[in-house]
Amino acid sequence: MRRLGEEPAPSGAGGGANAAFTSLLEDSAEELYESAPCGYLSTLMDGTIAKINDTLLEWLGLERTAVVGRRRFADLLTVGGKLYHETHFAPLLRMQGELRGIALELKTQAGARLPVLVSSVVKRGGQGEPLLIRTTVFDAADRRAYEEELLRRRREAEQARAEAERARREAEADRARLADALAVLQRSLVPDSLPDVPGLETAVHYHTASADRLGGDFYDLFPLDGERWAFFLGDVCGKGPEAASLTSLTRYTLRAAALHDPAPEAALTTLNAVLYERYAVGGDPRYCTAIFGVVEPGPAGATVHLASGGHPPAMVLRADGGVELLPTPGGLLVGVLPDAPVGSVRTTLAPGETLLLYTDGLTEARTGPGDRYGEDALRAFAAGRAPASPQQLITALTGLLDGFGDGLDDDTALLALGVPAARPTTELPR
Amino acid sequence: MTNMDIRSRNNVTITGLADAPTVILAHGFGCDQNMWRLIVPALEERYRVVLFDYVGAGGSEPSAWDPERYSSLEGYARDVVEVCEELDLKEAAFVGHSVSAMVGVLAARTVPERIGALVMVAPSPCYLDDDGYRGGFSAADIDELLESLESNYLGWSSAMAPVIMGNPDRPELGRELTNSFCATDPDVARVFARTTFLTDSRADLADVTVPTLVLECTEDVIAPREVGAYVHAAIPSSRLVTLEATGHCPQLSAPEATAEAILDFLAAWH
Repeated sequence: MRRLGEEPAPSGAGGGANAAFTSLLEDSAEELYESAPCGYLSTLMDGTIAKINDTLLEWLGLERTAVVGRRRFADLLTVGGKLYHETHFAPLLRMQGELRGIALELKTQAGARLPVLVSSVVKRGGQGEPLLIRTTVFDAADRRAYEEELLRRRREAEQARAEAERARREAEADRARLADALAVLQRSLVPDSLPDVPGLETAVHYHTASADRLGGDFYDLFPLDGERWAFFLGDVCGKGPEAASLTSLTRYTLRAAALHDPAPEAALTTLNAVLYERYAVGGDPRYCTAIFGVVEPGPAGATVHLASGGHPPAMVLRADGGVELLPTPGGLLVGVLPDAPVGSVRTTLAPGETLLLYTDGLTEARTGPGDRYGEDALRAFAAGRAPASPQQLITALTGLLDGFGDGLDDDTALLALGVPAARPTTELPR
Repeated sequence: MTNMDIRSRNNVTITGLADAPTVILAHGFGCDQNMWRLIVPALEERYRVVLFDYVGAGGSEPSAWDPERYSSLEGYARDVVEVCEELDLKEAAFVGHSVSAMVGVLAARTVPERIGALVMVAPSPCYLDDDGYRGGFSAADIDELLESLESNYLGWSSAMAPVIMGNPDRPELGRELTNSFCATDPDVARVFARTTFLTDSRADLADVTVPTLVLECTEDVIAPREVGAYVHAAIPSSRLVTLEATGHCPQLSAPEATAEAILDFLAAWH
């Protein structure tokens, strides 16, 4: 090999610089091998070290005589590195003939660990037979520290993600449990379904404005005796869970009161006394509006006796297409005063006629900036559909409510009772 | 999973003589069925040779990976059993390298009619030192191995995996990728490494009744000679052959001697 110093010096260089350049190029290949800034070693195919440079010996803190012909490359590695060498490095090198940039750790004589990047190439003879393995070793302490930092951060991120995922699953389970509990409570506020009443048709619609589905509106229908049935519908002040607890008290008070004295006025008077005692006396007045009714189906139709405490008037869709409101003058909010007056009214439903009870969620629905739907509009809506069976009416009103969209911002309950038409009603073209 | 084609799931390849007795070659921890390629030519002259990759390795179906199943050697043994059943093998010879030797023991116990002989290449029933037993490693050593796995992805990347794994019909795609024989999803490799090196299967050796060849190397860090002697002593029906080879992979470092030892054993058995 020609000595590098025999290369012609670059032209144009100054005398002093030229001399320095020449002396730099005095570096022999041997010198370059021994003192290179990386480790070199050559091994037999079984890994026995045949040649190793000074740099690597210095890193390892080993004497040449203790290494050459005495140790294998894998002997220089940590135990974990040996395992990796046997299971990955050596097989790959055999199959591919070369391998680059593998991260391993050398064990120095002093017991320290030196992170390195190792590249190996198999040198082959004229017939392609493998002769020896040439390996370069780079000090990778900084690089490894950097990678370990990245790995550590990744593990932290993974852990954080796993924890977030666990928290999310727990929250979801909590929410599902809460939803189950709310569904059970919800069923205590309104009946799952209405009982069948001989000689009457009934239909209902219930909408809760709060996301937890606990409403402040309530209704019920239940038998009093063989002939008569009681029903009620109302609206407690407030929304959500607070309203729901009041709703529950109201519903069971009315049911209990009706069993004791089925007169509608008496039921509402009892409710007034209970709410007043429970809340207003303690300085926390809560109230509701309600209509309580008793219906008695008969051969020619059904007689209805209604009492109301401050509730919007019931509506009747007559068989001839007329619509009537049934005001109950004198009735006041239930639960505010120690002795609240109750208004009452009576009517008869002929075949094909339907009674509608509703809460103000319907009439107070927003239809535009500052505009509410209102009682007049409801009356006109009903007039446009009378006569109608309870189911037809409720279906039409449900469509109306859906049309309000976000404008329907309060709980809404609708209860319709009717006497079936003598013969099937047919919609008249209008 | 039940409907998954076992052959593509385990990247099963079949070569050699169609009507000859079957030899199954099972790779160990680290690489894939390519580990056998230097001895396959000698075997396929006389036998039907079945190669496969365990789920998680080589060209196996990535979606079949299940960290729970493959956290025990039984999970890998089920791969072997399912491949044997899929191919309806009878009295096949199972050649298992490294941890696969013990996988073969479990599989032969499950389907004795399908596996008639075992060749255990550099086996170890327990890598960890134990009271009076020298496996060669401590739990801390295994942690170091796991660190090495973390530091070397060997060409595996989530972006390239589909190319390697998803083209069983075009193996040349995978072959062109450097280090692809050992390229494994690091999460998968970690599970396989732990299962391999932390399982103590010594008690299972007593169940081996079939003719068995124990092949060991003169110098093997992973399966030292005293472990080979232990395995041989624990299996009365075994023969021990020590190959003039160093390292843990005699099928690569001494392919002729390895093939010859296997062929001699199989010829004597048949």
